[in-house]
Amino acid sequence: MSWLDRPRNVTRIYRALWLLGALLVLADVVVHRHAEVGFDGWFAFYAGYGLVACVALVLAAKLLRRAVMRSEDYYHDR
Amino acid sequence: MIAELPTALVLIASGLALPLTPRRVRPLLAAVAPLLAFAHLLWIGPGVRIEAQVFGFPLTLVRTDALSLAFGYVFTIAAFINAVFSWRVRQGVEPPAALVYAGAALAAIFAGDLLTLFVFWEISALASALVIWSGPGRGAYGAGMRYLAVQLGSGMLLAAGAALHYADTGSLAFGEIGAASPGGLLLLLAFGAKCAFPLLHNWLQDAYPEASATGTVVLSAFTTKLGIYALARGFPGTEALIWVGATMAAFPIFYAVIENDLRRVLAYSLNNQLGFMVVGIGLGTDLGLNGAVAHAIADILFKGLLFMSMGAVLLRAGSVKASELGGLYKSMPWTTGMCMIGAASISAFPLFSGFVTKSMIMTSAAQEGHFVVWMVLLFASAGVFHHAGIKIPFFAFFGHDSGIRCREAPPHMLLAMGLAAVLCVGIGLWPAALYSILPRPVDYAPYTSSHVLAQLQLLVFSALAFAWLMRSGIYPPELRSTNLDSDWLYRRLGVRLVDALGRAQQTLAARFAATAVAFGAAAADATRRLHGIDGVLARTWSTGAMALWVAIVLAAYLLVYFAEDTEPEFLFLLVLPFAIAGLGLWADRREDAKR
Repeated sequence: MSWLDRPRNVTRIYRALWLLGALLVLADVVVHRHAEVGFDGWFAFYAGYGLVACVALVLAAKLLRRAVMRSEDYYHDR
Repeated sequence: MIAELPTALVLIASGLALPLTPRRVRPLLAAVAPLLAFAHLLWIGPGVRIEAQVFGFPLTLVRTDALSLAFGYVFTIAAFINAVFSWRVRQGVEPPAALVYAGAALAAIFAGDLLTLFVFWEISALASALVIWSGPGRGAYGAGMRYLAVQLGSGMLLAAGAALHYADTGSLAFGEIGAASPGGLLLLLAFGAKCAFPLLHNWLQDAYPEASATGTVVLSAFTTKLGIYALARGFPGTEALIWVGATMAAFPIFYAVIENDLRRVLAYSLNNQLGFMVVGIGLGTDLGLNGAVAHAIADILFKGLLFMSMGAVLLRAGSVKASELGGLYKSMPWTTGMCMIGAASISAFPLFSGFVTKSMIMTSAAQEGHFVVWMVLLFASAGVFHHAGIKIPFFAFFGHDSGIRCREAPPHMLLAMGLAAVLCVGIGLWPAALYSILPRPVDYAPYTSSHVLAQLQLLVFSALAFAWLMRSGIYPPELRSTNLDSDWLYRRLGVRLVDALGRAQQTLAARFAATAVAFGAAAADATRRLHGIDGVLARTWSTGAMALWVAIVLAAYLLVYFAEDTEPEFLFLLVLPFAIAGLGLWADRREDAKR
């Protein structure tokens, strides 16, 4: 049984990642980010965009699956 | 003297000679040839032109400048890494085909005119199809055929475009073309098919995963980047490309999320990276074009690295399907590490190659005021981390333990991955070296605290989204499946249409035959009725009746004749028919009397 096999350790990594995210958002207060397009200068813009974009991506992909998923030998069953 | 020989000749000649050399020497030759070619490129440098007169056309077989050299360097490096990675593949068509393919792609890069470009465009298409056909699965043949059809189609567009362009301008020189003329438009489409433009893209995801563990690595380097090079040479600043590229960067990532075959996931992500490059070319600014070239170079290395790690998994675990893998880090820790370096590079983590190349394109898009495109590219950046940066390593090496216990990848494969990994990190750490070979002057600093922080926020929160979706069970499970893409148009709809047309043709032919038979029968019936035994026209007539009818006809004729100009004295001739009729009747009587 390796270290990663214990669910407790995976949860630790997960929480550490949230902590890292929180620190990066807080860094926005200290570091002056110069905006490339204007609105990306907003507080925590990239953090929010990354989170929302990826959740939206997965939800949209789930919908896409309904439309395009077929059996593995779809093209071979003729 | 040696300077006046095309560099690509080394690769093509070695490839052709490969089957003739002893088996043990083959991998050595395949590795030394790209090194020689690389050294040759370094030696000749920019400004070399090799010209020739063929069929009265002044051709430029070789033209070295900053743009062609940048691609030339990375092509020869990729060919070398491929040779190391496939050190143990010594038989069959794949090793020679791979070398000829790399050589033809290199020759196409250095082609100074459209005719030379066309010739090597086609040779590279054929050689790469041979690489696909060397794949082990039953799908390799069909996928290779479809691949070849698209590649040769692209070649035909190129030939037609070149002909129109020549008629237009009187020159075959391959420089900036522009999409304003019909010839230019055809050339744009030809290059676009190689770059996997939307709807022209599906050969990539169809064919690449069907090649062998080593073959896919070879394929990922050259064909699409040749397309990018041609686009950068012929169509910088073509505004439509910005939108085409943005579409390409975005839509494949949805497919990548739900695709089960991890090499196919990488093919979708390759498509998405090409989108960034196409945007950079479309912007046409110094920063955008430099970014496109730099990102093409970085992509050859990190995508090669990712394909190599998946090739090693395919070799050792026997599958690259996410639904069957998991927990491989226990068996293949080195491969896991290499894959993660590739994943970090494609995701543009600071200190890795993608960070210093992709951002050039995005910054240029922002500077040019393309905010929507910039947003799409940012979405695609988050998405690429999600599906290539996390999904690939997670489902192959971590995640649910599949119970597969296999050996670590062989040393030569680890060495090849190590070379690519060193280059990925090297570019990330010392971007100046890469920037120095770019075609336009570079004025860009990737490592600002602002850029690093923004990128880290984006990536960490993308990772958090993945982790949260996985833990909450919302993330779609990996399922064995086929996902319909534009290849459905010709693999299913097209086939169905041809089938339906065939059936319609058969029905029509059958109907026609039935009608013809019925018509023939009716005609035969009528003939029998009229001319048959009891038919009206087949009765036996008596001599007398015959004579009477002849007389009547004759009389009628005479009447008509005399009606024109009547000479009364000739009217007695009218008696003549009746005399004949009388004679006939008399003969009749006699005959009757005899019976």
